[in-house]
Amino acid sequence: MTSGVPGKRPGSKRPGKEGAASARPSGPAQGAATPASPAQPGRARLRARLRGLLLPAAVVATLEGVVRAGIVPSHLMPAPSELLLTFEYLAHGPLWKHIGASALRVACGFALGTLLALLVGALVGLSRRAEDFLEPTFQALRAIPSLAWVPLLLMWLGIDETSKITLIAIGAFFPVYMNLVAGIRNVDRKLVEVGDMYGFSAARRAGRILLPAARPYLFTGLRNGLSMSWLCVVAAELLAATQGIGYLLTDGREVSRPDLVLAAIITLALLGKTSDTLLKALEKRALRWRDTFAGREA
Amino acid sequence: MTSSPLLTLRVARKAFGGTVVLQDIGFALHERQTVALLGPSGCGKSTLLRIAAGLDRDFDGAVERAPALAGRPGSVAIVFQEPRLMPWLTVAENVGFLDGKRADRARIARLLEEVGLADWGEALPKQLSGGMAQRVAIARGLYTRPRVLLLDEPFSAVDAFTRMKLQDLALEVSARHEIALLVVTHDIDEALYLSDRILVMGARPGRIHDTLDVAVPHPRERTDMRLAASRVDVLKTLHDVRAF
Repeated sequence: MTSGVPGKRPGSKRPGKEGAASARPSGPAQGAATPASPAQPGRARLRARLRGLLLPAAVVATLEGVVRAGIVPSHLMPAPSELLLTFEYLAHGPLWKHIGASALRVACGFALGTLLALLVGALVGLSRRAEDFLEPTFQALRAIPSLAWVPLLLMWLGIDETSKITLIAIGAFFPVYMNLVAGIRNVDRKLVEVGDMYGFSAARRAGRILLPAARPYLFTGLRNGLSMSWLCVVAAELLAATQGIGYLLTDGREVSRPDLVLAAIITLALLGKTSDTLLKALEKRALRWRDTFAGREA
Repeated sequence: MTSSPLLTLRVARKAFGGTVVLQDIGFALHERQTVALLGPSGCGKSTLLRIAAGLDRDFDGAVERAPALAGRPGSVAIVFQEPRLMPWLTVAENVGFLDGKRADRARIARLLEEVGLADWGEALPKQLSGGMAQRVAIARGLYTRPRVLLLDEPFSAVDAFTRMKLQDLALEVSARHEIALLVVTHDIDEALYLSDRILVMGARPGRIHDTLDVAVPHPRERTDMRLAASRVDVLKTLHDVRAF
């Protein structure tokens, strides 16, 4: 019983005021490398970029060779060099008009869909009663492929911009909505309790704890919603439009110009990638605080 | 100790489903007093603390707060087992979390200095060690000018040396700000070193089996033989309640 007498301990005098971490820098390293996101030195980053270019370069080179050798007929698959000429022609002509039209539709539809998703998502995520009322309906609506709305939208809203933007908004809505609800419901109960301790009202709890904590999910939703928006804009433009990338696609098919179709496809890839990169940069900035796995070398 | 208590707890019965976790518990916390709830895992001591904090209201009994504590958010503060910092806020913003954008910056700076983190205000929680994060949690608890600080095994997740430093820090701030402490712990030495009174709890159902006053004035030396003697008493009680 007397074996655990604490008398043998090295004496520790009060008050001890050293920092908890003995090896401590002169101050917090602002924006410096953290274990989660190692800031790659320039050379390593360049190498990482080059790795990404390897596959496309190989595909382009192979295509060029295959088409030139006549293995694939060039009226079906234009050689990459030929595509370049098409791009040059388009860039001096209607390409920018098409890009502008599609981008504007995506921007409007995505903004509208996101706004509604934020409202409904926050409501359903925060209130179990709202969830009881709304969630089954929205789950059922979600099960409908967004393109199934096209005929109805055309009948109700006509073939001009309204129907297109509505379709894009529907497409953008569900990813944002789903992720926001999941994000709110995945907030650590322990953090919520901190607010309870302060006697936070429901609104304050939402604004100070739940919504900020749900942001990682929200950004995933936004990025998915944006790619859905591009999908929907093409669908809308394929059916009825006089300009836009989707129109370029139909036009290329109607005049049997695979180079036009491919140019439109490549343009879509670039637009989608660019807008996603922008959103990703925004995400990285907003979620700087996250302490998560960033992937490993090899 | 003749003053009316800051906090009076009476728990006739607290059950989770069919399992009774707390039964016939009553104690009071007086001004500038440190009370430890000591017991093995599963004796319901953390549940008891949550009841004291007002986080758990589903029980038979009552928590009475002195008029000085009633109504003001943060007059009873809590430091949890984990730091529970908002990861998206800086250290300074976490300390002033109650007030958000309108937080008192000067007070935050003073508190950070007090817990030994003066230069860390702009850091994010992910940059902190476990002990540092717990210091921030203590500063956040102090920000609301509490009269009672509830500590739920606050130092159990850090190494032994950090734990001793944090215990000293807790005593320092409670003395300086005249805060009563209610500490939940399973560490006998911690209970002896920190508290004026130890409530020894047993499990299934959790109840207070013995109350032990530690009549050693503060500041204490960890090597004090009187603490060693009390330790024997505590061990005997814990043995009697089959804590081990």
